[in-house]
Parts: sequence; C-alpha cells; structure tokens
Amino acid sequence: MSDQPNSTANEALTGAQITVRLLERQGVRLVTGYPGGAILPIYDALGQSTAIRHVLARHEQGAGFIAQGMARVSGEVAVCMASSGPGATNLLTAIADAKLDSIPLVAITGQVPKAMIGTDAFQEVDTYGLSLPITKHNFLVGSTEELLEIIPRAFEIAASGRPGPVLIDIPKDVQSRAIEVAAWPEPGRRVMPPPADGPALAEAASLIAGAQRPLLYLGGGVIHSGAADLAVDLAEKANLPTVMTLMALGAMPVDHPLSLGMLGMHGAPYTNLALDECDLLIAVGARFDDRATGKVAAFCPQAKIIHIDIDAAELDKIKAAHVGIVADVAEALGRLLPAVPQNPRKTWVDRINALKAAHPQPLPGLDDPRSHFGLIQAVAACLDDDAIVATDVGQHQMWAAQAYPLRRPRQWLTSGGLGTMGFGVPAAIGAALAAPERTVVCFTGDGSILMNIQELVTAAEQRANVKIVLMNNAVLGLVHQQQTLFYGQRLFASEFQAMPDFVAAARALGIAAVDLDQAANPCAALADAFARPGPCLIHAGIDAEQKVYPMVPPGAANRDMIGA
Amino acid sequence: MNAINRNEQRALSRAVLEIDVANHAGVMSHVVGLFSRRAYNVEGIACLPVGDGTHSRIWLLVNEDQRLPQMIRQLEKLEDVAAVRRHHADHAVFGQLEAFFQP
Repeated sequence: MSDQPNSTANEALTGAQITVRLLERQGVRLVTGYPGGAILPIYDALGQSTAIRHVLARHEQGAGFIAQGMARVSGEVAVCMASSGPGATNLLTAIADAKLDSIPLVAITGQVPKAMIGTDAFQEVDTYGLSLPITKHNFLVGSTEELLEIIPRAFEIAASGRPGPVLIDIPKDVQSRAIEVAAWPEPGRRVMPPPADGPALAEAASLIAGAQRPLLYLGGGVIHSGAADLAVDLAEKANLPTVMTLMALGAMPVDHPLSLGMLGMHGAPYTNLALDECDLLIAVGARFDDRATGKVAAFCPQAKIIHIDIDAAELDKIKAAHVGIVADVAEALGRLLPAVPQNPRKTWVDRINALKAAHPQPLPGLDDPRSHFGLIQAVAACLDDDAIVATDVGQHQMWAAQAYPLRRPRQWLTSGGLGTMGFGVPAAIGAALAAPERTVVCFTGDGSILMNIQELVTAAEQRANVKIVLMNNAVLGLVHQQQTLFYGQRLFASEFQAMPDFVAAARALGIAAVDLDQAANPCAALADAFARPGPCLIHAGIDAEQKVYPMVPPGAANRDMIGA
Repeated sequence: MNAINRNEQRALSRAVLEIDVANHAGVMSHVVGLFSRRAYNVEGIACLPVGDGTHSRIWLLVNEDQRLPQMIRQLEKLEDVAAVRRHHADHAVFGQLEAFFQP
C-alpha cells in the first residue's frame, strides 16, 4: 500500500512522473522492460523513483515473460514496459500468452506524440489496434489528465474477474506534459464478483451427493483464485477422484490418493479412461480446452456437468452445463463444501484404483538420469516443494507435466493456452525475481531456448537463481513426433543440422554451465549445480526417438490413445 | 437487391443487437472485432452518441447463428459495453434506414 496521502498541495508533475507515482501507489516495486525513444520520459521518471526497481530485459518479449513469471508466482499484477513500434510488437506474443492463460499484467508502451499518430512516424505502429484482440482491455491515453483514471483502472481490470493483460499506450507528449495534480486516485484493486447463486450451489451439492462416479476437473482458475486447498477439501470430503489441466497442476499434490494427474492429449491412460466412465463431471475454473477434452462429443459421454467459472462466457461455450455457476471459484467452493455430504464412495474409488493399476502412465527409464524421465526425476530429487518449476514448450514440457512431482499451487509455470516456445527462461527469471528465496528450475529444449536465449544475460546481470535444464535431442521434438506418427515419417524442418555449443554459449552470455553428458556421475553433477547459488545451464543430451506417450491424436477421442 | 428480397432474407434468420457503450475512438473496433475475428459477418451497423455524448448506442444486424449466444456473452465481457439487448429482425431501426440504401 502507498504511504503517501491522497491529497497534497497542488504539484505540477509530468505525465511520466504521474505514471511512475501511480505505479508506486499501486504497490509496484519491480517492473521490467526495455527503453526506447517514445517511452524515454517514463524511463527518466522511473530512474528517479526510489521505490521501484527496474529490471532491464534484453528483448521486449523477454520483458513480457519476465513480468508473467512474476505474476504467476505472486498472483499479483505485474508490469512490463516497452517503447513504440518494434518495442510494442515484440511485447505482443507475451501479452497474447497472458491472455490465454489469464495472467494479470499491465503493459505500458510508449507511443509517438499525438500529433504524429497516423502519419507513419518513425517507430509508429497501431499498438492499440494490434493489442485489441489479445488483451483483456486496452487504452490509448488521450491526455495527461486521463492517466489518473486509466492507470488504476488498468490494475483493477487486470486483477478482477478472470485475470488478464491490460495494455496502456501512452503518447510521448502525454508523458511530457505537466499538469497540476490536486488529488490522487485510490489504487486499482481486485473487485470481487457477485456471490454464487445459492439454489444452483444446492443443486450442485445434490448432484454430487447422488452421483455414483463423479470426477472433479480442476483448471487454472483454481490456482488464480487461491482455491486449491478448498478443492482438495471437497475432493476428500466427497471422495471425488480429481483430474487437473496443464494449468492446474499443483492444485492437488500429484501423489494424493485421489489425484489422477493431468487429463487430455498427454494425460495418463487411467486418467482418460476414468473420464470415460464418470457420471458427473465437476468442472472448476476450467474451460474445456481441446487439448484437455479431445473430441468434445466423446468427452465424458455419460456425465452430467457442473461448471463453476468466474467467466460467464465459458459456461456452455464448449459443453452445455447441467448446473452452471458464475462465481469466484474459491467463494463457490467454500459454500459448496459444507453442503456436500461425506461419502466414502468405495466402489468408485476401488474402480479408480483398479484403472490406475491396470493402465499406468508409462515412465520408462525413470531410474536412468540420462533418459528424459530419469533426468526429471533426478532434478526433482535435488529440490523440495518450495522450488518453482518453469518450462518452455515441447516434449520436455509434457514430460515434466507427466513426471515432475508437483505438490503446490503456483509451483508450476508453463505456457498452456498459447504454447509459446521461448516462455521458459524469461518466466523463470521473473519467478526468481519475485521469489528470490526459492530455487527456480526451468526445463527447456534445444528449440525453445534459442527463442529467448538472450535473457541468459539478464539472468547473469540479476544473479537470478534459475537452473536451466536443457533437454537436447537436436530435433523439434513435438514436430518430429507428429511427423513420425501422422505424416508418414516424412521428417521435414524438424531436425537441426547445426547445433550450437550450448554450454559454451551459456558461459559466453555470463552464466555457469555444466554438461551432464560429460559428467561421470550425472546425479552428483546435478546436485553440485543446484547447490551453487545463481544462474546455471545444465545441458543433457536425450534420445530424439523418444515420444510423449500416451498421445491422443489431434481431433480424436481421449479414449483413443497411442502408446497407452 | 430489392426491398422484397431484403425482407425475405431478413425473415430467414436475423437478429438485431442493441449495445450501450462508452463513447470513444476504439469502441467500434472492440465490438466489431469480436465478430470479424470469428468470421461472423455483421450485416448492418448503426451508431450514434446518446445523451451527453459520453455514451453511444450501437445497433448491429447479424445473422442468427448457433454462436450468437456466445457472441452476446463475449460482448457483455467488454469493458466498454454497459448492456446488450437482443431484438427480432423486424425491429424498426434498420427498416427506417433502408431508404438510404437503395441501389
């Protein structure tokens, strides 16, 4: 909270100073970005701030994902900044990623002076138009006065309801002009939605009480609303076996007896088979994404559906709900919990355990640290549940989702909806900045790391405690896998002919590096790397022929798994 | 297209949406963009400020489509949209404009 009074003697302040003051009043203490001509007034004012620390990324997309890492770990709105033109366009991918995963961001971009907008001025691009479909809301600030309204409003929008990114585009003259500020607005805060509908909650409780084979289906909304403990309490009270989306991993500890882990395209065989048998699906903060449901008509074909979500537009979007509840899921679960009777549900729990025994997740090589699953296991053995696990996008991401023992909400940072290669390294840096007391491990691949490798310099500069585990199979693994399985084994543009020396590259960019392939004892080398503070790249060659199994072919029903 | 054809087509499957919005330069893009990026054609648009000019009203003529309820929910999510009301295609607003759209 701010320690400054709401009203002062009139002060003449520039738009840039007002912007920085409003960020300070929001409680922002860390921002990340990259300067350029059109945002220099704000950077000039930011340089005078004693409250806010600025972390310089090495690419605007890196700044966007560093902010995402901060937001995903803390649950608070994070701020990133860029200049106009290419600065703004470079931010867009990170903003779109935040939109699809409902991450609260405020992105501030500089714009050419108002009088030059529309003249194809140097570094002018229609940032408002470009960001329109990938933000929760966006603003083009028309006057310095408007900043006093727009900036708190942007924080309120980003944090309220379904969280998301908000972009504020500020022309340079709006930043430079000074006005007298008579009174400061209240900081923008999360506004709670109306409470869940009582009769609908009662109906949901009665459906749960009457169900023979219910399943709880948790999505990222459970993490965002801080409802993970309530979801576990509900599952335990009513004995609800529980599946999680990629975004919800960690909501229920993976080794909880009721946990069925991740569902969908790369879910465990028993998980997707259990969904096929359920007679009631309780979807909480989940949106029936195609990677989770597979062919929608064949998803939980026997089940009635209870759908609880803060976003009314998610209800009935993919699957019609028998009971739809629009609410903050923590509030709804908190009221549902006492209304749901205890139920041992022995027959169903026994059936689930039988499915687990008969159709386990294949985890070959778990004891071999030179195999993909064995490496993930060996990394987990170096860490406790306080660690944060970030990933890039690809096979390594799915293997980590399948095999890493995730046990707490906000432990797992991954690009779910947009599936953005290049997410991992900067998101891990953001996580380390937001939670400097924790170790952050980032699983990445030889394709993904190259998409934001420049951020290793940022990691070195900040001495961020990130351990980057590079699983190098010299191919674009998921593309290689799909070409092998579905395109007649015609491998094209998925095998890298040239491979950088990643260990040397990491050292050249300023961070420590170790090559597990050269280590006599890879587990000891890992433990040594994790024991040293600061950033480190851990390189490990893996077998390019390994697939992510099981796999539901795109468009197929979840019961039709390859490699199950 | 003559008036009879237009009426016939409208009778097929049209709806009229009445949308109360904040009046600023980006609102129309926000509203129409929801439709265009789903390849959902908007057949007619009318928009004028209301009252003191801080708000506007947008009228859209759209095809009935199974996606329409989802479109209305998406419209209601927009920060600048205060209310969405759905009318039948025989609403007077576009009928009175037809005089300006003779070939």
